[in-house]
Amino acid sequence: MAIVEFTDLFKVFGPDPAGALARFRAGADRDALREAGGHTVALADISLAIAPGEIFVVMGLSGSGKSTLVRLINRLIRPTSGQVRVAGADVGAMTDSELTALRRHRISMVFQHFGLMPHRTVLDNVAYGLAIQKQPRSAYEATARRWVETVGLSGFETAWPDELSGGMRQRVGLARALATDPDILLMDEPFSALDPLIRRDMQDQLLALQGDLTKTIVFITHDLDEALRLGDRIAILKDGALAQLGTPEEILLAPASDYVAAFLRDVNRGRVLTASSAMQRTPPQVGPGQSSAASIAPETPLETVLPLVAEQDVPVAVVDADGAVLGTVSRQDVIALLVPK
Amino acid sequence: MFPEELGWPLRLWIDEFVDWLVINYGDVFEAAADSVLFLLVGLEQGLRALPWWLVVLAVAGIAWHASRRVGLAVGLAAVMLLIGSLGLWDKAMQTLALMIVAIAVTVILGIPTGILAARSDRFRALLLPVLDLMQTMPSFVYLIPAVMLFGLGKVSAILATVIYAVPPLIRLTDLGIRQVDPEVLEASQSFGASPRQTLLGVQLPLALPSIMAGINQSIMMALAMVVIASMIGARGLGEEVLQGLQRQEPGTGFAGGLAIVALAILFDRISQAYGRRSQRHRTVEG
Repeated sequence: MAIVEFTDLFKVFGPDPAGALARFRAGADRDALREAGGHTVALADISLAIAPGEIFVVMGLSGSGKSTLVRLINRLIRPTSGQVRVAGADVGAMTDSELTALRRHRISMVFQHFGLMPHRTVLDNVAYGLAIQKQPRSAYEATARRWVETVGLSGFETAWPDELSGGMRQRVGLARALATDPDILLMDEPFSALDPLIRRDMQDQLLALQGDLTKTIVFITHDLDEALRLGDRIAILKDGALAQLGTPEEILLAPASDYVAAFLRDVNRGRVLTASSAMQRTPPQVGPGQSSAASIAPETPLETVLPLVAEQDVPVAVVDADGAVLGTVSRQDVIALLVPK
Repeated sequence: MFPEELGWPLRLWIDEFVDWLVINYGDVFEAAADSVLFLLVGLEQGLRALPWWLVVLAVAGIAWHASRRVGLAVGLAAVMLLIGSLGLWDKAMQTLALMIVAIAVTVILGIPTGILAARSDRFRALLLPVLDLMQTMPSFVYLIPAVMLFGLGKVSAILATVIYAVPPLIRLTDLGIRQVDPEVLEASQSFGASPRQTLLGVQLPLALPSIMAGINQSIMMALAMVVIASMIGARGLGEEVLQGLQRQEPGTGFAGGLAIVALAILFDRISQAYGRRSQRHRTVEG
């Protein structure tokens, strides 16, 4: 069952959202609505479901509605029309106390510019979500210390946010979000303010943490490489509408529109596509002396497969964890996928 | 000549309104006045009863606590000695008590009003023109209803001082809260903080430098009212200046004025030093 579910969701910003939405549904243009009454259609007819434990990436350019989408999940923003459900409960219909419980225990958020409290130390920032729950300090301090340590900031407990580098600040933001042990982690472009090298470290750290924790992560980004690297599934937004939804491989192999294809032009395909996409499922008869010495797993990225097939003239066998042969990959198969027409 | 038919009886309305207040709510005002007076008289007698050197030491101690600088502590102690050496110690203590009570009332009224203004755009839209009026209206005008409500004396002086001094504090409290980084605010809400937890835990602490600047400005405005307040019977340094004017004694007036300046320096330096300390760790930039 889906843990987060959007149904027929619209969000319009402006003085008269309902009226503007009616006009939009009647066929009015997005730009026309903006110029006529200052209305912005941030999200248009979004329906999608996020599964528990997945890293769900929402990707789009600025103004595509991705930040709005993530804020609907914890009701920092309310929908103009349609529903958002978290674990089956309609977030829009929650009472104040239900909403508070949702935010305190089930969902937490990481922000683009970190959103740290400059007047609290690293430890007190990490403990913020626990302090808000009115737990006594003695009850939560050990938890907060453990999370400071987990994100690699031991020794900085009493430092102030203005004394940290960008990467360290976002580690505080991540520890703060994890300290309340939520089911769902909302991450709004968390790494886009960081240097490329630091960004990569943070992505690695997130993947490592996710390996241990298995939270549901809704990750917003405008960086396609980041989306492909982290996402179990990716939703691409354009002008508030869903342009495509699928696994990185699905999107790369079959872009739904020219818009998506244009996005994908500079992607390192060898890193995203795997042997399972390239292989021939019905292996050709392998004659004597032609059997390949090497075998590879189906999830092996093509950039690893390429040197193998380059060395030998015969196809390489693709073998699953039980040793069963699933198919073969030849040099031509790999090249055909890496260099699309 | 402006046609009389186009006039409206504003002055009559205000006279009637103040009369109505005095007749119907005189007791309430008297009770309020009594409690403020009790506080003020107690403080005044306390300050005058203290040995002078203890007051000088206390000022130096507060200055050091605010700034952690020995230089400022010594300098402000010297300022206190200057006041004493002018023969105005007793009057300065009266003015000091008046200022402390007026500023306390200003803070008690100003900060909550500023918080309300920051939370409601509608309230703010109504409030801003009132604040403009309060600051631009010649301050003598406040003396009239103050005297009618509370009679001649200290309480009226405090009321007039507060009306004159409170606008900057309201404005800067409102500004400080509105300037808090919206992402930090969102972070607080996203963790399920109640509006009260957000206000006390995030907005007020981060608005503190601005609020301290407001308190500093309010203090300076309050000191500007000292002489005017003495016209309705407030005792202290203002009296000296007024006496200098009435009796044509320039020396008396100048010495009184100098002592007021000395108090202004004292309040300004101490409140600014506290303001500077409140600025540490208030932003995450660099």
